[in-house]
Amino acid sequence: MRLNCPHCGPRDRREFYYYGAAAYLDRPSPDAPAQAWDDYLHNRDNPAGMTQDLWYHEQGCTAWLKVTRNTVTHEIIAVDAVATPKASGGMA
Amino acid sequence: MPDLIAKPALGAAPLTIAGTTLSENGATQITAIAPYPGSQAALAQALRPLGLTFPAPNQFTEHGDVRLAWSGRDQAFLIGGEAPADLPAAVTDQSDAWVSLQIAGPQARAVLARYVPLDLRAASRGQSLRSALNHLPLLLMVEAPDSYTLMTFRSMARTAWAELHEAMIKVEARLALT
Amino acid sequence: MRIDGKGRIDRTRPLTFAFDGVSYPAYKGDTLASALMANDVRVVGRSFKYHRPRGILTAGSEEPGALVEIMGPANQTPNTRATVQEVFEGLTARSQNRWPSLRWDLLGINDLASPFLSAGFYYKTFMWPRAFWEKIYEPLIRRAAGLGSLSGRHDEGTYEKAYAFCDLLIVGAGPTGLIAALAAGRSGADVILAEDAAEMGGRLLSDEGQIDGAPAQEWLASVLAELALMPNVRLMPRTAVTGAYDDGTYGALERVGLHRRPRPNLPRECFWRITARRTILATGALERPIAFADNDRPGIMMASAMASYLNRYGVSPGRKVTFFANNDSARATARSFVAAGLSVAAIIDSRPDAPDEGDIPVHKGAVVIGTKGRHGLQEITLRTGSGEVRLETDALGMAGGWNPSLHLTCHMNGRPRWSAELAAFVPSPGAVPGLVAAGAANGTFSTHGCLAAGLAAAQEVLTDLGHKAAPVDLPQAENAPYTISPLWAVPGKGRAWLDFANDVTTKDVALSAQEGFSSVEHMKRYTTQGMAPDQGKSSNVAALAVLADATGRGIPETGTTTFRPPFVPVSIAAMGAGARAEGFAPQRFMTSDQASRDRGAPMIEAGLWYRPSYFPKPGETTWREACDREVAMVRNSVGISDVSTLGKIDLQGRDAGRFLDFVYTNTFSTLPVGRVRYGVMLREDGHVLDDGTTARLGENHWLMTTTTAAAGLVMRHLDFVHQAFCADWDVRFISVTEHWAQFAVAGPKARDLLTSALGAAPGLPFMGVRAATIQGVAGRVFRISFSGEEGYEVAVPARYGEALFRDLTARAETMGGGLYGMEALNVLRIEKGFITHAEIHGRTTAFDIGMEKMVSAKKDCIGKAAASRPGMIGAARAQLVGLKPLTDSPLTAGAHLFTQSADVKRETDQGYVTSVGYSPTLASWLALAFLHDGRARHGETIRLVDHLRKVDVLCTVTDPVFHDPMGEKLRA
Repeated sequence: MRLNCPHCGPRDRREFYYYGAAAYLDRPSPDAPAQAWDDYLHNRDNPAGMTQDLWYHEQGCTAWLKVTRNTVTHEIIAVDAVATPKASGGMA
Repeated sequence: MPDLIAKPALGAAPLTIAGTTLSENGATQITAIAPYPGSQAALAQALRPLGLTFPAPNQFTEHGDVRLAWSGRDQAFLIGGEAPADLPAAVTDQSDAWVSLQIAGPQARAVLARYVPLDLRAASRGQSLRSALNHLPLLLMVEAPDSYTLMTFRSMARTAWAELHEAMIKVEARLALT
Repeated sequence: MRIDGKGRIDRTRPLTFAFDGVSYPAYKGDTLASALMANDVRVVGRSFKYHRPRGILTAGSEEPGALVEIMGPANQTPNTRATVQEVFEGLTARSQNRWPSLRWDLLGINDLASPFLSAGFYYKTFMWPRAFWEKIYEPLIRRAAGLGSLSGRHDEGTYEKAYAFCDLLIVGAGPTGLIAALAAGRSGADVILAEDAAEMGGRLLSDEGQIDGAPAQEWLASVLAELALMPNVRLMPRTAVTGAYDDGTYGALERVGLHRRPRPNLPRECFWRITARRTILATGALERPIAFADNDRPGIMMASAMASYLNRYGVSPGRKVTFFANNDSARATARSFVAAGLSVAAIIDSRPDAPDEGDIPVHKGAVVIGTKGRHGLQEITLRTGSGEVRLETDALGMAGGWNPSLHLTCHMNGRPRWSAELAAFVPSPGAVPGLVAAGAANGTFSTHGCLAAGLAAAQEVLTDLGHKAAPVDLPQAENAPYTISPLWAVPGKGRAWLDFANDVTTKDVALSAQEGFSSVEHMKRYTTQGMAPDQGKSSNVAALAVLADATGRGIPETGTTTFRPPFVPVSIAAMGAGARAEGFAPQRFMTSDQASRDRGAPMIEAGLWYRPSYFPKPGETTWREACDREVAMVRNSVGISDVSTLGKIDLQGRDAGRFLDFVYTNTFSTLPVGRVRYGVMLREDGHVLDDGTTARLGENHWLMTTTTAAAGLVMRHLDFVHQAFCADWDVRFISVTEHWAQFAVAGPKARDLLTSALGAAPGLPFMGVRAATIQGVAGRVFRISFSGEEGYEVAVPARYGEALFRDLTARAETMGGGLYGMEALNVLRIEKGFITHAEIHGRTTAFDIGMEKMVSAKKDCIGKAAASRPGMIGAARAQLVGLKPLTDSPLTAGAHLFTQSADVKRETDQGYVTSVGYSPTLASWLALAFLHDGRARHGETIRLVDHLRKVDVLCTVTDPVFHDPMGEKLRA
């Protein structure tokens, strides 16, 4: 499989490290109720179909990526940098 | 003058196999430049004395013997020159962190195809790509379609050399068939 | 027998090979199968279950029967298909699955016992008594199972892996693939043309057909010559595309050196990973056998294979041949045999309306119902409209119709579609994104149809790729319609084989249905049909048809098993190319590596790094002696150790302190410039990720230290936290691990040593840092300690590392000190109660290691919310303690803890030991352990039990800091 890194272009999957559901980006506030933290840390959907997960371009630009893909067809719909250039104010 | 003896990362003599040469580049100054958020304009201004612009991803810019090679997200390596003072960027000495190898010749691309998962069909001077050399981290710079600079961690220099050497020998053995 | 004037073999290059110890002649261009056939060797192996004599069934990589072992100087390769293996001078092959010899195989007794060995035999027989499972049944089954054998030695051969990229991958170089390659090549596309066989051409090598009025081989030669000159076309013969994967990635196995005598450094095989924007599947079709009684005798084979042997290799499997067909495709082959001067006894055609051109006797509406000849076919029996007829024949070609080679279209969960017209499965369009099947692989069987389909597919793909298709003339060729009357199995007595490799007969499939295993997936597993090395290439569709018949369903309703990668067997050696011995993992060497080896230090692996275990002195006979001496040296004098492997991350920016506050539990933003602080980092789930020190080098400049083991992990974590939660902060960080060589100088004389090395007193308070010029080199000095003694770390750029290491060592030795290795380092830190990843192993919290006070109440940090949840703190948790045995007994890491009175069992487990070592300082074994409510139990006697290493010792529970608990030496 290949991922189209927004910085590096299409690359072989062996350059990437898989992490898990993109829900991990939605960190609760420090004083959020315990249930919110439990959900954030431990509860994940396992959809047949569209899903978003996190990949790290470890042997590449070191960007964390949010990959939108279909678990049934294996189609990759989008690969976005977790830190958009706007947010990071950088130049990629 | 330092009283301590400086050693190269590897100290290997060049190898030529199948008309293709693997060699170790001499130590040079490498400075990582990581611009802070929102500093594009100030950085461009600060780099002007070097005759360089901050490279786009997968590219290097060069002026004379000095180049600025994209090396990752929000980061480039200034190679072969002194970084200007007071850049609006994090500036880190990386000179001793890398071993720099050169592979050049008609089989260079065939040798790299044994380890590097990059499509180098359209390789052209000015490309600066992060990838892997088998299991090693890699910054690959295209000097010419048949000449590549390969930078990997200094501590892994022996593995990098040994693996490239092995691939060169196998490529040569294949060539002898035809 | 060899046929004069036929075939593409090079008769000017005779070769000699050996099979089962007998030497035979062959020619360059022969496969092992054709060469054996030329020498009238009919039996080449024994079948899997019944040990029936097996001959050659096919002429390609789908071969189920002719599997042999190839004996090389450094390799013994089992299950090699004789139909694929090319003969070279000195090739040595051996038959398999027979004892004592191929001709007299004792397990041939299984064949007589066949009524008892039907499908499910093992499941039914080796059930009871249960006590027999391990000692009797398993050895029995293991002895009988398997085909080839391994040498038991390492494969010392050379293998290779490689990447390739192209615009268009064409799989198969028959007429379809060739014309597609020609069109794409002329249009300027980057093309890889991969062909499983040694020679490109596919059917054109085996047919005597014509293209544009001339022998097809002339067209083939001209196309190959043109392709060979195109720089944008890569021809890959002997390359089987083995799998289709996501996003245009394909696996392929190239036989680089298997067809010739081994040469140094020449890879035997190369495993390719090919990335293609588009793919044309032009793999052709496989002819299928017909099941009839005793259809497995040597001499019975595929009709198309007979054409290949005659026209490509110039050999015939017999002198008096017959064909059994349900379609027209064997006619041309029969005429080739007649033209070559061989006798064709008859064509037995199951169709009552079969064409009869008068040149060859045709039995219309007839079927073969039996055969004779133990070690090779001698006679067949037909059932015709006018009764049974016996025919003398030594070779029978089966022409049961064609199955498109659509295997790759199933690799991404695609299901093929049943075509009633072709009586075959055909690929479903779009089954693999970017791949289009064309020609025979897509159910178009005439040569002209293939050429037209290949050209059309190429033009479609080229348009997709944005190339202007260059003109290619569509040549004229054979364009006969394909008319078939399905015939899967001839009803009657006797065993009729479907799967020749795994000995599955029509009766086994019927029995499976009868016993309730009527789904195709169940039938496959119950009978083992399709599970041999050939993966059912020649048997799947027929077995399915027989199952459909047995269950009264149609074939489309019965469904089909799927094909999974690899298309052909791939040796593990090829997939693991280069990964043996030193190639297994990268090796990381410190700058002091040679200096340590010069002193005889055994090196141990720490992650990818090689670090010195200890530095033996003359007279020391065990590592413990060296370790004890080195520990005492550090405690009493001074020791030097290379600590460059610790991760070092340089952080800069106005928000760097804020960032550190966010990733560490404790506060760093308040740390003064020139000072160092110990920090603990949590995962978001509240468990400890890593620990280490971070120095403030300047107002906006910090240097973090990670453990060796977690350096990569911490970098990934910092990248995540930064990019996910605070990408707009003014902070940048980069690893500088490799830039700095860093050495620990520890012991009461450390300050003196530093003073001599620096030319001035280090002048640093405990946990201080400063820039320093070290013998003319700009570096840094830290006052930190992992030993509990007064300790410094000196850092210089790596190029000076070896020189400084040798310099510091020499200075230490003049002061009565010296080098210490990993063993001593470990004992020193255990004495001091310092943790490593043995303790922070991923399941311990800051509370567990006694550092909950380091979780700042004043700020948020990663892991803070989870770290305070119920269950993450409190008496119920196992907490870090020290253990000291009551007697002088060794302790073991991994041992478990029990109260003195308790039964030793899982339910009474009180905790476990993480680190142990012998402390020469305290003259006792020491351990670090996690004990339930351990901090409240100092002074208690606890029982340490290790069943594996037979250790059962009473210990006193102590504070984890055994040595200098007040830290006076550290701060001296």
